[in-house]
Amino acid sequence: MKRMITVLTVLIALAGGAASPAVAAEVMDIIKKANHMAYYQGKDGRARVVMAITDAQGRAREREFVILRRDDDGEEDAGQKFYVYFNKPADVKKTVFMVHKNLDRDDDRWLYLPALDLVKRIAASDERTSFVGSHFFYEDVSGRGIYEDTHELVEENDAVYVIKSTPKDPAAVEFAYYINWIHKKTFLPVKTLYYDSEGKLYRTYSALKVNPVDGHPTVTRAQMEDHRSGGKTVMEYTDVNYDTDLPEDIFSERYLRKPPRKYLR
Amino acid sequence: MKNLSIILLVAALSFGTVASAQEMTVQEMTVQETTAPETPLPELPEGLEDLFSDEPLAETPEEPARRGGGLPFDLSGFAEGRFGLRLQDDPLQKDISLGEARLQLDAEKSWEGFTLNLVSDFILDPVADDYDIDLERGRGAVDLREANLVFSPLDFVDVKLGRQILTWGTGDLVFINDLFPKDWNSFFIGRDTEYLKAPSDALKVSLFFDAFNVNVVYTPRFDADRFIDGHRVSFFDAMRGGTRGREAPLRDLRPDDWFSDDELAVRLYRSFGAYETALYFYSGYWKSPGGLDPVSGAALFPRLDVYGASMRGPVGAGIGAVELGYYDSADGAASNPLINNSEFRFLVSYEQEIGTEFTAAIQYYLERKLDYDAYLASLPAGLRAEDENRHLITLRLTKLLMNQDLTLSLFNFYSPSDEDGYLRLNVSYKLRDNLRVEAGGNLFYGRFPDSFFGQFEDASNLYTGLRYEF
Repeated sequence: MKRMITVLTVLIALAGGAASPAVAAEVMDIIKKANHMAYYQGKDGRARVVMAITDAQGRAREREFVILRRDDDGEEDAGQKFYVYFNKPADVKKTVFMVHKNLDRDDDRWLYLPALDLVKRIAASDERTSFVGSHFFYEDVSGRGIYEDTHELVEENDAVYVIKSTPKDPAAVEFAYYINWIHKKTFLPVKTLYYDSEGKLYRTYSALKVNPVDGHPTVTRAQMEDHRSGGKTVMEYTDVNYDTDLPEDIFSERYLRKPPRKYLR
Repeated sequence: MKNLSIILLVAALSFGTVASAQEMTVQEMTVQETTAPETPLPELPEGLEDLFSDEPLAETPEEPARRGGGLPFDLSGFAEGRFGLRLQDDPLQKDISLGEARLQLDAEKSWEGFTLNLVSDFILDPVADDYDIDLERGRGAVDLREANLVFSPLDFVDVKLGRQILTWGTGDLVFINDLFPKDWNSFFIGRDTEYLKAPSDALKVSLFFDAFNVNVVYTPRFDADRFIDGHRVSFFDAMRGGTRGREAPLRDLRPDDWFSDDELAVRLYRSFGAYETALYFYSGYWKSPGGLDPVSGAALFPRLDVYGASMRGPVGAGIGAVELGYYDSADGAASNPLINNSEFRFLVSYEQEIGTEFTAAIQYYLERKLDYDAYLASLPAGLRAEDENRHLITLRLTKLLMNQDLTLSLFNFYSPSDEDGYLRLNVSYKLRDNLRVEAGGNLFYGRFPDSFFGQFEDASNLYTGLRYEF
């Protein structure tokens, strides 16, 4: 009897082991495509972004900036560089925020403060904190490493894949898991629901509007809601362009101190 | 015919609605059976399905909002009021340490690769009560911060010509190779940190090569610090053996001949991966008085050359930096107690995020006199000898709260060798995007009345300010 149980256990384990890699590979394929669509369309891109931040009391805050993005040469969907030039609010006007996104270690971040002519290196290592006071996190803007979570296809219908992602290092993040709705035809993530350890939904990302830009389906309006505080941020993209042949040296100290007006219009 | 197609279209649309309603029911059922989300299938974003219709939408037609308010140039700035009180009685100063209304206008105009920047402050300051404009010393009703032209004559060359704010190096409120002018008065009395930097009238040429980059800053006439001279903050005068204030401010003899009393600052820099390295050279004068004229008692700015280097990059979970400099003081300084010794200066720093939107940074800084024996030997009797080494430790804590509208900040300088220090506290809250209220303190402490920070003990103050930005 005992031996039979052992044999059975082994068989089940083998069957399970044989079946899951195939499924996992398929899920990983979806995740990779979704990651590409969300953060890596074209080899570079630029957009003017307006953020409308509202808190639970209805107080409104606004941010306006131009964001430039360039994918590093070499490996696809890997390192990237971002240049963010602020126009609003007035106290951060002409301030520049620059990120060199690395997959193998913490991102490198700089801040340029024009009134002091100061190029400051930012030590912030927590990617899951507010980006410029909005309800979006740094990670929502620049992307979360796809190997930081385990992904599981929990659902699908004609329109979307529903994928549940669980962090490999739960201590490093504030969520227990998140559910991502990925549009089947485009692989655009259209909704992301974040749950806490009690299984309670506390944060929701929604793509609100999609436009074709230079042949790329592009989310031009998106929203992040914080259900705990009752606040939300709506991000609106205008003047979106892809493959503008951004030179790599734009993302260097030279252009922190001397903004590349041609690309910031 | 046209009617028929409309009917067909309506039929198709309603069929689509029915079909998706059915799907929805099926979807909801499956959702309940499995463990997954409690929320129903989301509505797809506007425009997503149109991507696949026969007649896709036109590509993003939105016009960006244009700014400028009809002006032919870009204008911004702020209006602010600031008020501060001394915590201790200083008989040599007014009780009100800060009381001013300030308007800053920032105009920028770009054309054909040229950019013109003009930034000027207009100040009503009854504490200083001095409205005669002196753009060099930053006194009076107008403080011209920037007036410069930026252009690139060649692909790899940037030029910035005119009045400008200049900063380099790795220190945080501690400077070794940044020998551009500082305004210590503004810093100590509680103006915004941006006023720690005083403008330079200079030509900055930057060259960018594959292997390295170079900045050359030429200042045709020496730009001194806006140093503590007694006008706003009293200081200890070792020669007189006492404190001097607004009635007897320090006079100075500054080198001021165009093109001969000039300054040159050079930085060579490049990155190795994430690590930024730089070499520095400076040839000019001590920026704050570095000597005394024994006859007139006036402050002097002896010759100074500085050779330095720095490196900055990720260390562990934070950012580390190291910087050093050799200060080669004027000829004969070694055995002249009235002129600053040559010095070796060293700084090491580390900054890390230690909590949610909570950052800590520490720095250790050393100033070492290089001809200490000669200095001691030549020191007149009765004057207290300075230490050979001045050690300084700084701590910065910054915490953001309430969607980053509230900032709490603390910066402390502490010198174990001088047994003194300086604590800067600031709380700032954004009432609206363009309206900020703040309060803070500048607290000096020390065992001796003549040490670097100890001499300013009576200048300790609390201040508050309100700023409207546009």
